[in-house]
Amino acid sequence: MKGGEAIIKSLMDQGVETVFGYPGGVLLPLYDVLYDSDLRHILVRHEQCAAHAADGFARASGKVGVCIGTSGPGATNLITGIATAYMDSSPVLAIAGQVATGLIGNDAFQEVDTIGITMPITKHNYQAMKAEEIPGMIRSAFYIASTGRNGPVVIDLPKNVQEEEFEYELAKDIELPGYKPTMKGHPLQVKKAAKMIMNSKKPVILAGGGIILSGASKELLKFANMIHAPVTTSLMGKGSIPEDDPLSLGMLGMHGRKTSNLIIDDCDCLISIGCRFSDRTTGSITEFAKNAKIVHIDVDPAEIGKNVDVDVPIVGDAKRILNDLINVVGKAKDENKNHSDWLKHVIDFKNTCMPRLSFDDIPLKPQQVIKELSEAIDQDTIVTTDVGQNQMWMAHYFTSRNPRKFISSGGLGTMGFGFPAAMGAKIAMPDNDVVAVCGDGGFLMVCQDLATVKEYDIPVVICVLDNRRLGMVSQWQKLFYNKRMSYTDLGQSPDFVKLAESFGISAERVEKPGEMYETVKKAIRSDEPYLIDVIIDPDEILPMVPAGCGLTEIVGEYKVERETPGEILYKPMGTNKGGE
Amino acid sequence: MDESKTHIISALVLHKPGVLQRVAGLFTRRGYNIENITVGTSEQENLARMTIIAKGDEKVLEQVTKQLNKLIDVIKVRDLDPEITVKRELCLIKVHTSTEKNRSEIIQYANIFRGRIIDVSPETLTIEITGSPEKIEALIDLVRTFGIKEVARTGPTAISRGNKTI
Repeated sequence: MKGGEAIIKSLMDQGVETVFGYPGGVLLPLYDVLYDSDLRHILVRHEQCAAHAADGFARASGKVGVCIGTSGPGATNLITGIATAYMDSSPVLAIAGQVATGLIGNDAFQEVDTIGITMPITKHNYQAMKAEEIPGMIRSAFYIASTGRNGPVVIDLPKNVQEEEFEYELAKDIELPGYKPTMKGHPLQVKKAAKMIMNSKKPVILAGGGIILSGASKELLKFANMIHAPVTTSLMGKGSIPEDDPLSLGMLGMHGRKTSNLIIDDCDCLISIGCRFSDRTTGSITEFAKNAKIVHIDVDPAEIGKNVDVDVPIVGDAKRILNDLINVVGKAKDENKNHSDWLKHVIDFKNTCMPRLSFDDIPLKPQQVIKELSEAIDQDTIVTTDVGQNQMWMAHYFTSRNPRKFISSGGLGTMGFGFPAAMGAKIAMPDNDVVAVCGDGGFLMVCQDLATVKEYDIPVVICVLDNRRLGMVSQWQKLFYNKRMSYTDLGQSPDFVKLAESFGISAERVEKPGEMYETVKKAIRSDEPYLIDVIIDPDEILPMVPAGCGLTEIVGEYKVERETPGEILYKPMGTNKGGE
Repeated sequence: MDESKTHIISALVLHKPGVLQRVAGLFTRRGYNIENITVGTSEQENLARMTIIAKGDEKVLEQVTKQLNKLIDVIKVRDLDPEITVKRELCLIKVHTSTEKNRSEIIQYANIFRGRIIDVSPETLTIEITGSPEKIEALIDLVRTFGIKEVARTGPTAISRGNKTI
């Protein structure tokens, strides 16, 4: 068997059905095998989209997404997508072509040090120097990418290795002496945490992306109900709990819901599960949850104590540890785990500051657009976002009800992620509707891949929230840089309807209240790729916490559903001397 | 970092290309202060031992250890307790020798420090010395007056006393 055949065979042995890629000189042997193989290959129009699509595939399905790029520029174009997957712990395998082993180091044509470049943005990377290494390498790569804290793995594949003949043997057991992720939480730590939670008066759960990766949503809801703890989430944790559940407070952080930000400040016990306390989630670390004892559950031991000092750390898988906690706390007397007064207090406050969604303004308010979008889709619809205001509006105003249905680039904040990720999500979950919510800036970075969705008939609905500017950056300029709008005006953007049509894709413009709902319905019914250009108010600002400030220091008007005279003030419950 | 201390981290790693780059890259990327790193084969086939001298407080050390452990090619990591650790460094010093008198003086110093003369030329002497970094510093200081032409140091490598292994 040749090296190239071994790659395809090994991928298919791992259950891979579709890969996203772009060929090139050094990948000719591999692509020659692909030509008549059963492995489906989606030819993207830019390698970055291959990586994002593989990432979207992984996030939507929980399976490893695979992308392929050639050596040199092909590999460097994959980088942004790999880094995006790394920051959000997404299981992606990126295969990069490399010049022949004899040429490595000679600055050969299209040579780049892919291993060196991807070292800091991958969980691990491999360079295949012999064809016989390939089966074991791919098996290990899948194992590493999809276990413990998930993450991307790169395989660097020289041209001659793809051509080399070898005796194919089934990969032996994976030998990774340096890789043993801790999955089971330490029972003593679990008991300690349970005790701390039961001794507290005002517990809050902070759910991160780890809940979704570990598939622990049911356990989360069960445990939260058991201890009457409200649940807030990070951006990555959005969808880990149904956001229409009374216990759900919505997202926390710089662009978080007011309730979440104020309740975190009052709580006396914070139970963080699968969340890495990013600066966007915590705001000023010294101000963050300053009245609370902190339980930190994470599968990655290096996250414990990295950003926030923790009282009870538990290393392990979120689902297993939640089940352990449910067992321990479940046996306790009712009065010990009852925090219903606290929960009532929190919910009463939450009801006073639910954000207002209905606006009849023209140009459209993003809140109204998101409201109509929410009404037009069912709860199995997968929504992806781009990065910037569109993303934060969605995070703030959109009600996500199920895990793996809200997909967004959190850590790296990659503009251009939303559309290709939607493409990958649709390939992974063909029975679910998929909607990408993008900004005009981010969409323009990846719009060439309209050709891909057209060619392969991937029916995603692309909503471009079009304000002709880089909304988030201009929001900061407005708030913190004396309204000096330096290079954030995208006035010369194309006509997105015509742009889509030039690719043979149906498109429509939405400008008035009511139109979004109708158009989204129509787009989904069409079962074809569809672009909706939504003209929105360029001056709408999402209230935010300035960088470096505590989470309670929200600037910008927080428009609420039920208007009451005067400012909404939060009154802390009891004294802040709870906890253990 | 008020309680910044020098730590000796011993790591058992897979003996293959790129591992040093992974470790060194990790230190740079995370902003850890690395003073010295030595690598060599270990008692086990396919495994190498790295000795890393790094500065930082307890929190930094904890992060360094955890981040190192996350590398797939790193098998084991231990912060060695300086109280029960022997630390040795090898150093070669090429000293300028203009006169016969200087020559014998340098040889005497080398002997006192249990060093050896490993190369002689009409105008130079090369001393080999092993010991703690402090001892090496002391010898270098002593012969400096004669004119040092070149110094090559390995940086310290370390091992626990007694039965303890990592």
